[in-house]
Amino acid sequence: MTPTNTPTLKDAVRYGLLSGLIEINLSAIGFILLLHQRELVAGAFTMGHLFLFTAPIGFAYLLAKKTAAHSRSRVLGYGAIIGALTALPLIILVFLATAFDIRQFLLNISPDLITLLTFGQSVVTGSLILLAINVVLGMLSAALYLLPPQWRKMAVSGLAWVAISGTFSEILLGRLRSFFGRGLTDLIFTGKSLNPGFAVFILVAGALYSYFSQRRHARKEAEGDRSDATVLSLPIETINKIILGVVLLLLPVLLGSYLTEVTNNVGLYVLMGLGLNIVVGFAGLLDLGYVAFFAIGAYVMGILTSEGALGLGMGFTFWTALPFSVLAATLAGILLGMPVLRMRGDYLAIVTLGFGEIIRILALSDMLKPFIGGAQGVLQIPKPSFFGIDLIQPGQLYYIILACVLLAWFISARLRDSRLGRQWMAMREDEDVAEAMGINLVSTKLLAFATGAAFSGLAGAIFASKLTSIFPHSFNLLVSINVLSLIIVGGIGSLPGVVVGSLILVGLPELLREFAEHRLLMYGALLIFMMLARPEGFWPSEVTKRELHAFEEQHQPGTSSD
Amino acid sequence: MLQRLKEIDMLDLFLWVFRTVILVVVVWGTIATIIENPYPTQTWMETIVAGIAQGSLYALIAIGYTLVYGVLFMINFAHGEFFMSGIMTATIFLAGPMSASGYLDRHPYLGLLWITLVTMVVSTAIAVLTERVAYRPLRYAPRLVPLITAIGASFFWQNYFRGLFGSEVKPFPQIAPFAGKITLGSIVVLKTHLVVIIAAILMLIGLYFFVMKTKTGKAIRAVAENKDVAALMGIDVDRAISSTFALGASMAGIAGVLYALVFRQIHFFMGFIPGIKAFTAAVLGGIGSIPGAALGGLFLGMFESVGPGLFLEGLGIPAPHQLKDVIAFTMLVLVLIFRPQGILGERLAEEKA
Repeated sequence: MTPTNTPTLKDAVRYGLLSGLIEINLSAIGFILLLHQRELVAGAFTMGHLFLFTAPIGFAYLLAKKTAAHSRSRVLGYGAIIGALTALPLIILVFLATAFDIRQFLLNISPDLITLLTFGQSVVTGSLILLAINVVLGMLSAALYLLPPQWRKMAVSGLAWVAISGTFSEILLGRLRSFFGRGLTDLIFTGKSLNPGFAVFILVAGALYSYFSQRRHARKEAEGDRSDATVLSLPIETINKIILGVVLLLLPVLLGSYLTEVTNNVGLYVLMGLGLNIVVGFAGLLDLGYVAFFAIGAYVMGILTSEGALGLGMGFTFWTALPFSVLAATLAGILLGMPVLRMRGDYLAIVTLGFGEIIRILALSDMLKPFIGGAQGVLQIPKPSFFGIDLIQPGQLYYIILACVLLAWFISARLRDSRLGRQWMAMREDEDVAEAMGINLVSTKLLAFATGAAFSGLAGAIFASKLTSIFPHSFNLLVSINVLSLIIVGGIGSLPGVVVGSLILVGLPELLREFAEHRLLMYGALLIFMMLARPEGFWPSEVTKRELHAFEEQHQPGTSSD
Repeated sequence: MLQRLKEIDMLDLFLWVFRTVILVVVVWGTIATIIENPYPTQTWMETIVAGIAQGSLYALIAIGYTLVYGVLFMINFAHGEFFMSGIMTATIFLAGPMSASGYLDRHPYLGLLWITLVTMVVSTAIAVLTERVAYRPLRYAPRLVPLITAIGASFFWQNYFRGLFGSEVKPFPQIAPFAGKITLGSIVVLKTHLVVIIAAILMLIGLYFFVMKTKTGKAIRAVAENKDVAALMGIDVDRAISSTFALGASMAGIAGVLYALVFRQIHFFMGFIPGIKAFTAAVLGGIGSIPGAALGGLFLGMFESVGPGLFLEGLGIPAPHQLKDVIAFTMLVLVLIFRPQGILGERLAEEKA
């Protein structure tokens, strides 16, 4: 890639300043302070701290990686420089904030933030502590690279275990308590977070786990029997599938009602994601107005079944209305698809965005108010019932959503491997060539739009009866952006990627409510980051992986002049 | 063969029906409104002037889309955020304090000049930074990739400024010489509208000469024509692209100041919808063309302002002004379907779209 030259002092300064810039911005937008509310280790370490020190640790490690190959002696020094330069802008901020009233401009530079940055000490002592911690962490992180790889992996694994179990301690606590009672949880937790003793235990456990898994890996490698692995993998795969199936069936019992509710939301987004994945991932048509079909599905369900003033009162139940919702969304998909058939790429994106907005504005307008309620929305939509049982609990709705997701998954997977799927992918690669090969672009595109819209309509219908009321503001552009982001994060065109993306982008912010406030900021940053660093997503499909790597090989040497 | 012909005919038929339906609705609505005649002439005049002012704002923002599209063939989705970032920063750091201390009342023009300068600097800085971080490394990636980063950048900046300055609507102070109305011949117009129109015209003329006459402008045009050849001619392509972004963003910054003068409300989300509409304007006029952006902005502003009253009122639709965005987006759809090259675009957009 780039010519390998030894990092110099200038690089260290640049990394340090960048790291400082990131931390001061994270502080200024209130991110750090908000996350400070979540304790990872009781009384010692919060998530705010974690993010406050992420940049220096990360940059020191990165630079150490580059430096260590050339000169091991400089590694620690550079780490210290990066740490110091990260602390410097923060210290300046602390002094400025105590001298002037910055808060009238930047409302998140609050006294609480200053307390956090100075660790509750006076300005001077606190600044020195901040500086010292940053320098030490920078050096430690750089030193990590000097360790033998085995030790390094152990250390990283242990720390990651603590961070993850600390992050989810509140959920962990709730679940463990409901299964094992107070005795166990009092041992592990103080308040809602891990107690320091147990944190050390997890650290050690994580390191040991890493040690043993590395040993096992090494042994496998030494035996090196590939044929053995494939023969074995068949039954193992089946067993894994069975375990997955059982877990999916028992999930509401394992998770409790709050987490099941979260899972349901994730499930709805998976459903939409699977639909958009067909449009964007398979057929390569960037649709930013995807929420329109979700809205249509929801409104049709609402109006058909509502017991309120807007309901048709024709005796529709959830199950009889469901096909109409899906049908209406599918028709809308075809209708909105027709005019844009001749557009490509970014024009298509903007036009579909326009469609999405038109639908939302119409739903809000006074013009359609007599039919769909305007801003007041449609109320009193009944929950679905199943053979006389009203499905009120999230744990009951879960099974409907699970069934729909599995169905959508099955359809997606079958379509992907079908003739139509191959046509979509051919069209995605090159429309002109695809057409020359005898692919009918009109019907192929319309089928993509229609299938995608059908999934979205299905999700919308469930959404309506799950919430029992719908309002136009639930159907804004952000939903489309969420769905698009989750496909990209998971991996465009990849079915497991949709689930991974939904878990990360929809599930995580619901579990960590502190994140929810800055959710869109992180979506934005994540989209950019993914495109720059990992365009194939976290769980890429095989095809995309191959393509992107082929692309990199073609364009790698010096195309971006930097 | 016959099969294929049939299907293409079906599509054309559908598009033809689509076009006719919209045309009939518009004509019917217009005739009905004229017969009904709900508003006096004075109201129409004011609506038209407001439309021109709104259109001038769109035109200034649209310049950024057009320039960037001309050079990189990408829709810079984050351009609306460049528009927002400058004026938001200037309002918080300058306009607010200056108004509180009375400086703005004593030196309104000088104060406005400072605000404009800061706005332009911030907008430009954000634009150049975005280009450097999110677009430049992806210049040779598939076309959807930079569009996705642009969407990401848009949401990032919106929420970054929300985090910095808070999510509530901030007032922009009234600047005394621009308050109130002025009578021109027989019509009464808001002074701010007049300021917006004049400023936009001046800026557009200045920009046209900048692009046509200066060395930087020449470099931008050369890069728009062909990046590789431009590089061979000794033009620093990266720099030319950066200056394209800077130019577009400074226009957006000025549009931000003018927007603040007219609406006097600043909000982190204020760039999004005007951004999309300005893109519509750029497409309407013919993307890639500077006079096209101006013309497209003007058209869109007029349609949006006059349209609800003229087309929809007569159809008996309640509160038609809620639907002005629908008119703008419908126009976008219609233009992209039926004349993707826009009003002034000569080059067929097919090869780029």
